[in-house]
Amino acid sequence: MTRHLLAAAFLTVVMGLTGPGLAVQPDEMLSDPAQEARARALSAEIRCLVCQNQSIDDSDASLARDLRLLVREQITAGKTDQGIRDFLVERYGAFVLLKPPVNASTWLLWFGPLIVFILGVIGLTMFFRNRAQSGAPAATARLNADEQARIARLLDDMEHGSESHESGDHGKGDKP
Amino acid sequence: MKRLLFIAPLVLFLGIAGYLGFGLTRDSSILPSTLIDKPAPTFDLEALIPDGKGLKTDDLKGRVALVNVFASWCVPCRAEHPIWMRVATQEKIPIYGLNWKDKRSDAIAWLEELGDPYERIGFDPDHKGGVEWGVYGAPETYVIDRDGRVRFKYVGPVFSETLNETILPLVRKLQETP
Amino acid sequence: MIAELGHFALILSLCVAVAQSTLPLAGAARNHAGLMTLGSAAAIAQFFLVAISFAALTHAFVVSDFSLKVVASNSHSLKPMIYKISGVWGNHEGSMLLWVLILALFGGLIAGFGRNLPPPLRARVLAVQAMIAVGFLLFLLLTSNPFERLYPPPANGNDLNPLLQDPGLALHPPILYVGYVGFSIAFSFAVAALIEGRVDAAWARWVRPWTLLAWSFLTGGIALGSWWAYYELGWGGFWYWDPVENASFMPWLVGTALLHSAIVVERRDALKTWTILLAILTFSLSLIGTFLVRSGVLTSVHAFAVDPDRGVFILLLLIIAIGGSLALYAWRAPTLKGGGLFAPISREGALLLNNLLLTTAAATVFIGTLYPLLLEAVGGGKVSVGPPFFNATFIPLMVPLVAALAVGPLLAWKRGDIMGALSRLKVAGAVTAVALVLCAALAWGRPILGTIAMGFAVWLAAGVVTEIAERIRLGRIPLRQSLARAGGLPRSAWGMALAHIGIAGIIAGAAGATVWKEEIIHVMQPNETMEIGGYTLTYDGVQDSRGPNYLTRKGLFSVSKDGEPVTKMYAERRRYLVGGQQTTEAAIYSTLAGDLYAVVGDNDGQGGQTVNVYYKPLVPWMWIGSTLMVLGGFVSLSDRRLRIGAPSRKRRKPAAAQPVPAE
Repeated sequence: MTRHLLAAAFLTVVMGLTGPGLAVQPDEMLSDPAQEARARALSAEIRCLVCQNQSIDDSDASLARDLRLLVREQITAGKTDQGIRDFLVERYGAFVLLKPPVNASTWLLWFGPLIVFILGVIGLTMFFRNRAQSGAPAATARLNADEQARIARLLDDMEHGSESHESGDHGKGDKP
Repeated sequence: MKRLLFIAPLVLFLGIAGYLGFGLTRDSSILPSTLIDKPAPTFDLEALIPDGKGLKTDDLKGRVALVNVFASWCVPCRAEHPIWMRVATQEKIPIYGLNWKDKRSDAIAWLEELGDPYERIGFDPDHKGGVEWGVYGAPETYVIDRDGRVRFKYVGPVFSETLNETILPLVRKLQETP
Repeated sequence: MIAELGHFALILSLCVAVAQSTLPLAGAARNHAGLMTLGSAAAIAQFFLVAISFAALTHAFVVSDFSLKVVASNSHSLKPMIYKISGVWGNHEGSMLLWVLILALFGGLIAGFGRNLPPPLRARVLAVQAMIAVGFLLFLLLTSNPFERLYPPPANGNDLNPLLQDPGLALHPPILYVGYVGFSIAFSFAVAALIEGRVDAAWARWVRPWTLLAWSFLTGGIALGSWWAYYELGWGGFWYWDPVENASFMPWLVGTALLHSAIVVERRDALKTWTILLAILTFSLSLIGTFLVRSGVLTSVHAFAVDPDRGVFILLLLIIAIGGSLALYAWRAPTLKGGGLFAPISREGALLLNNLLLTTAAATVFIGTLYPLLLEAVGGGKVSVGPPFFNATFIPLMVPLVAALAVGPLLAWKRGDIMGALSRLKVAGAVTAVALVLCAALAWGRPILGTIAMGFAVWLAAGVVTEIAERIRLGRIPLRQSLARAGGLPRSAWGMALAHIGIAGIIAGAAGATVWKEEIIHVMQPNETMEIGGYTLTYDGVQDSRGPNYLTRKGLFSVSKDGEPVTKMYAERRRYLVGGQQTTEAAIYSTLAGDLYAVVGDNDGQGGQTVNVYYKPLVPWMWIGSTLMVLGGFVSLSDRRLRIGAPSRKRRKPAAAQPVPAE
């Protein structure tokens, strides 16, 4: 418990650094618009380490400002985007990237959704095949008389406000 | 086969619940260091105190030492400070300070008030040295072995429990290995 | 004294909930009418007891009774009354009490409006509802008691986080919770149906309105939160893929799937086991969301104060509630009889495609939100999964969904004709093509993605209009008859059209705000001007003033267009007196074409002021679209057919019990 309190105190202090002000300040910005645009785009992918789930481009924390300046410095020095990412990952770990790189440890993250989708498609195929086999050929033909009557009843009920299926007190006040 | 399909959601959920339970056991605010068992990063910081010693990579070689990230604005740093005074005077372990994102005059006044346990202090007002170390808050404490490799990192204030149970035993072990 | 009364009422409501969770169940098993009716009485009593408790807590906030711990840490006597009241749910304990209040409210509503439910079904639904209540009342009383006293009481309180002192955020939690917790009803109905071993069209008719109600509120709650983030957080973002946002978005996605699959159960008596599973999953995701927000497992900008004991308690609740219902599902669902057959290309098939894409989207959000935890558990190190990941995976799933959304409603039930449907969409296709060309010309040189998004929005809107036009046979019969038919269309048809058009609005607004936004960051001197989005913005200097519990500095701007003055607006920086926190209040000038959005930062010490100005095209369409979605939900709900307390099963039987081919 004390440990948690201390951790909380620690975080508060780090956050306390967060001065008033907006994220990107005019004095940080590069004079070359193309380089500045690169810096902005890259900053949006770099996590602000002390503010949780914000990019350094969005955060007014002082550490975020330092990292923004570092990104700009390295861009001016001619480093590639990937080079800057690598520089930060070497020092802070993959945690610093908001878009995790595709590698063995994030394979399931990047392809998990696709696997879910494929499983879903397989499930649907099985569902329709099962039904096609078990049902008579006519089963998926157009609506039979019974079904037609059922849908008609529902539609009738909907479109013409027939009261026939409902207990009287629920349709009160509705137009006929 | 079809039965299995109906059991799948339950199994999946129980697996997820296991992970959520694991999640409760860890502190999500601590970021592990990428430097563990690697040579200390290349950096070179000027001295905080005008006639004192600065801090650079080569200074870390030769002796088992501690590197402590501190700042005068940081309240937990003040809380852990007595520990470093004690280590400096009683344990004979060199402590190197990394004065992080601070004002020089504030930091010097802070040390004059509380005492200076540091053998060398690098002054790092703009995170130039901190970024090399992967610093993301203060205080942070690193254990460096004789060859100048980083062996351990602790985030947050160090109190006697952490010192006696983790840091000192590790330092002793590193001192004994030739 | 009043606080003790509230505390006592809360304990009493727990006792009532325990009785409600057991006796009616026994009554339903033995067909004992008395025990079954007990459920309704208990549900109403439980609601009143929790309401008394909630009123007592509200009273403590209103009179600033700082001897209560929650009041002392979350309120202040200087705070405006509206924020004293919203402070009740601006903290963990109070918001949990609100959660339970809404849960009890829904139980009470079932007891009140469900008179024509078959007594055993009603008894079982209320019992399941009470089981959830027992869990959360225990949680409240044992780990998060809002009536805990503080001695000695402080002279004044710590105040509510100023970011939360905002009308949008005062309303956001209650509305969101009605949505979250409202899905408990679908869950209770699903579990009751599993106990009974029977699901039919009548069951779907009872579940649909409740799901629709919860869905409408959840949609509204999420939209309100998004709107708040847009105008309050100061950089004009509206969705951050933050874990807490995801926690509310996952139940929304699965709940939307449930809403659509329940239609198939109702109309065609098919997809029963799937719909039951969706009902369980929707509420389960609400519960998991509650866990994520309150346990500290995931770090988030919005998380509540964290206490590991609470996390353990909620996790146990999750295992009992979700694990229990899924175990029941594994045991009972295989015995449910399958219903009507249909071909893959049919209305049912289209609704299944909707379900496939929405559940995959929910799974994507789930994987992304929990992946860091999962990887760390297997020793894989720490990673971050942020907006770039979600944008790259979620948006591709929405593309086929939106494309198919225009076609689906034109397909016939059971076996549809895709070529026929597409040929009826010829006009919509032509409109889309024209819109694409227009957009490409207007936004020449800007990212092509924006134009593509507009194409989808127009395609969807045109598809919805086509569907309505087809139904009223517009152009094929005299206009007067068409209008008569339009008047005769069921409200649920209009509701669907509104909700679907709303999505088109959201797509347009979101694309405008992100892809087409313009931004200028600049230090402005008084009387300096800048050009953005066709407007000329003049900075008129600053003005200091004082609010009820804060000091404020306003940055004043005059806006003109083509030399004509348009408006004056101001952006604020507030400093709250109690905690010293600062907030920004953006200046926003809104037209249907887009928002001019300005925030002021620090001054440079020489009279200049850092100013961020954005022009965000089409943003208002996002809020209009969200409103249309909510409106669509309520319009559908007002359909007599869907009204809460729909027809009784006995009367419905001839429709439901028709012979169906075995599965």
